Amino acid sequence: MELSIPIYCLLIVIMGALTFVLAKRRARAVAQGADRTILAQSFHSRPNFHGLFAGGLVMLLSFNAMLAGLKIGFPGFATIGLMIAFAALAFLYARTTVRADFKARIWVERFVKSLLLICSVIAVLTTVGIVLSLVFESLRFFKEVPVLDFLTGLQWSPQTALRADQAGQSGAFGAVPIFAGTFLIMLVAISLAAPVGLMIAIYLSEYATPRVRAWVKPAIEILAGVPTVVYGYFALLTVGPTIRNFAESLGASVPTQSAIAAGSVMGVMIIPFISSLSDDVINAVPQSLRDGSLALGATKSETVKKVVFGGALPGIIGAMLLAISRAVGETMIVVMAAGTAANLTANPFEAVTTVTVQIVTLLTGDSEFDTAKTLSAFALGLVLFIITLILNVIALMIVRRYRERYD
Amino acid sequence: MEKPISIHAGDRALKRLKKRRRSEAVFKAFGVAAIVFAVCALSWLLFSIVSTGYKAFYQHTITLEVELSESILAPDGTRDPDTLRGANYRRIMQDTMFERFPEINALEGRDQRTAKRQLFDVMSTSGGPNHIRQMVYNDPSLVGQTITVKVPTSDVVDQYLKGNLNTDVPEEQRNITDRQIAWVKTLNESGEIKAGFNSRLLFSTDSRDPELAGIASSFVGSLMTMFVTLLLAFPIGVGAAIWLDEFAPKNKFVDFIEININNLAAVPSIVFGLLGLAVLLNWGGMPRSAPIVGGIVLALLTFPTIVIATRSSLRAVPPSIRDGALSVGASHVQAVFHHKLPLAAPGIMTGSIIGMARALGETAPLLMIGMVAFLTQIPKDMTEPATALPVQVYLWAGNAEQAWTERTSAAIMILLLVLVIMNGFAIWLRRRLEKRW
Repeated sequence: MELSIPIYCLLIVIMGALTFVLAKRRARAVAQGADRTILAQSFHSRPNFHGLFAGGLVMLLSFNAMLAGLKIGFPGFATIGLMIAFAALAFLYARTTVRADFKARIWVERFVKSLLLICSVIAVLTTVGIVLSLVFESLRFFKEVPVLDFLTGLQWSPQTALRADQAGQSGAFGAVPIFAGTFLIMLVAISLAAPVGLMIAIYLSEYATPRVRAWVKPAIEILAGVPTVVYGYFALLTVGPTIRNFAESLGASVPTQSAIAAGSVMGVMIIPFISSLSDDVINAVPQSLRDGSLALGATKSETVKKVVFGGALPGIIGAMLLAISRAVGETMIVVMAAGTAANLTANPFEAVTTVTVQIVTLLTGDSEFDTAKTLSAFALGLVLFIITLILNVIALMIVRRYRERYD
Repeated sequence: MEKPISIHAGDRALKRLKKRRRSEAVFKAFGVAAIVFAVCALSWLLFSIVSTGYKAFYQHTITLEVELSESILAPDGTRDPDTLRGANYRRIMQDTMFERFPEINALEGRDQRTAKRQLFDVMSTSGGPNHIRQMVYNDPSLVGQTITVKVPTSDVVDQYLKGNLNTDVPEEQRNITDRQIAWVKTLNESGEIKAGFNSRLLFSTDSRDPELAGIASSFVGSLMTMFVTLLLAFPIGVGAAIWLDEFAPKNKFVDFIEININNLAAVPSIVFGLLGLAVLLNWGGMPRSAPIVGGIVLALLTFPTIVIATRSSLRAVPPSIRDGALSVGASHVQAVFHHKLPLAAPGIMTGSIIGMARALGETAPLLMIGMVAFLTQIPKDMTEPATALPVQVYLWAGNAEQAWTERTSAAIMILLLVLVIMNGFAIWLRRRLEKRW
């Protein structure tokens, strides 16, 4: 009979809970003595901790027994037998620990603390996992395509790599058009979002009455909660055609999928990001600086432009860098609205492609991971990770240093 | 001797003052304009989604009297449900339609064949036959009887009746022919075609035919994925936050962990997808397209958000609480778990729900691990291929037909509704339970 892991886990929990109850009752009985009123012995730990210690020990050992059983490949009942045997051993040992001088609480707390430590280490493991997987797969790619060709080549046509048997069809992996496209879309997005986001932050923190602030701030935050796939669909369904029709009425031709459509929708997406980060740093500028400027006769806008802005500048730059990092790594909007053709152009009214779009197109639908085509996605991913990492680290450093300045 | 004029008086000074006041007004107007822009963008987005999407919530159906002729379905007289499954239900539906409009039999040769095809195309060509196939499978004794069924119209007819098709253009340039329009008008006037609530959108699985497609499979996939995400990200995130805030020593390693978590929160989501692809699928050998893998990837993505939210709500609990617990003899662990954590719980819950809502809207990492499956069945297991609601939106958005546009918008409306409920619950929780110190 095949027993599945959930059943084993249920067994572990039941045995643990049972042991907890038994050990707790025993500890209470021993501590209270026969007539249940006078303390027979003064225990170091409360009965609860004896219960937790015994239950935890039983669960830990039977869990290890389960892992061992699964690893060796025991049939279901043998694994259960092993688990019960281990649990019984743990139970018998735990029985001997129910005595006054046993420091059950210390053991339990030590165990809890190490569990918490493991939780934190998972963050490091995630980063290590990301770096290792990207580097490892990218190295395989760079065995086939030289790094320099990848970083400086002007031709990107990975699709032909599928037909490697044909002469001259080895595919071209020059990523410059992709980087240029990413940069172009990012530029469009930031040049929309930076002024709008910043002005919203300034207005909300310097001019708005509490009432206005209470309404406008949540409304702007809604923009941050909309899933990116919805923005992508909005760009595809509404913004792209609107821009195309507008251009047609002026006699120009703009494709539905263009850098300007994807970039402007992405700009709308990062407005709340910039405005809330800038709002924080503007609020962190001490009121005394504003009061000083106003006392000298400056108007409110002069105070904002010459005093507050200067004081908040490092934080604002940090916010912009984080916004750029987000724009560069944004995927769904560009996948749906920017197109896949790798054009090397600086014209925002043309279709361009981005790093994230290429990763998605290279990796969806294909389940082979040995071709240069699929491996190139990991090389692009590595570049993306490094760029965003640098932007994030610089931004976080600036923001942190700045925060300390006024503390 | 003339009295010296103050630089704060006189014509030049007044002019300067006017200029300064004007620039003040302009600056303020820019601020208002920025807010108006953002709010307009939001309204435009919502309007464009809702105005196309609401139409997908109703659908037109044809009511037909169908004779389940025994000579077609079961010439050998069998009533075995499994044998009956393979019978020619398409023929039954075609015959029903042709009998409804007997005038097409008067047409000649090729013209008649074209007309018959067009007439059958008025109904959902796979939905109609499948509907009666399922009915006969459930109750084989229906064979030989005449039953009344409601089958969906084809997506083109549905679009025509909703007024989304431009019928002013020449016949060749549209999807619906003049003959079909005449038939549909007849059926509509006699009340055989009716509009009703489109329950298929909510309770059906994905389909190649827009009139039959629904979000059930992707909704279940999303639920499964979110379940795994919550199970992993919540305890691990809260645990990490407690350790970092309460028990971590001050050293370089802890600083490194902190920088790590802050940085992970800003890593592009697609990179997490690449991690899942390389580590979980290629190296760990886990099943492709499965909700369990999607859940793990989204858990890694949500984890930093939960850590940051938990830490800020732990910090908001005044130190006197902990000091009080410690002073009456509680251990450090007891002080944290018995006193600080319960007080920080509302903030932690709020942060976690918001983090989960964000994870629910994530698409890119799920594309990487192959959760883009076309599913005509609801996944039953965490390891079966599945897809998620936002991925369903992405898949439908790639289809060209007009009927898909409204269904994509409708799927977005459902997704947004779920997100609004989650965020609303988080805000309610915060208002209700959060203590101000």
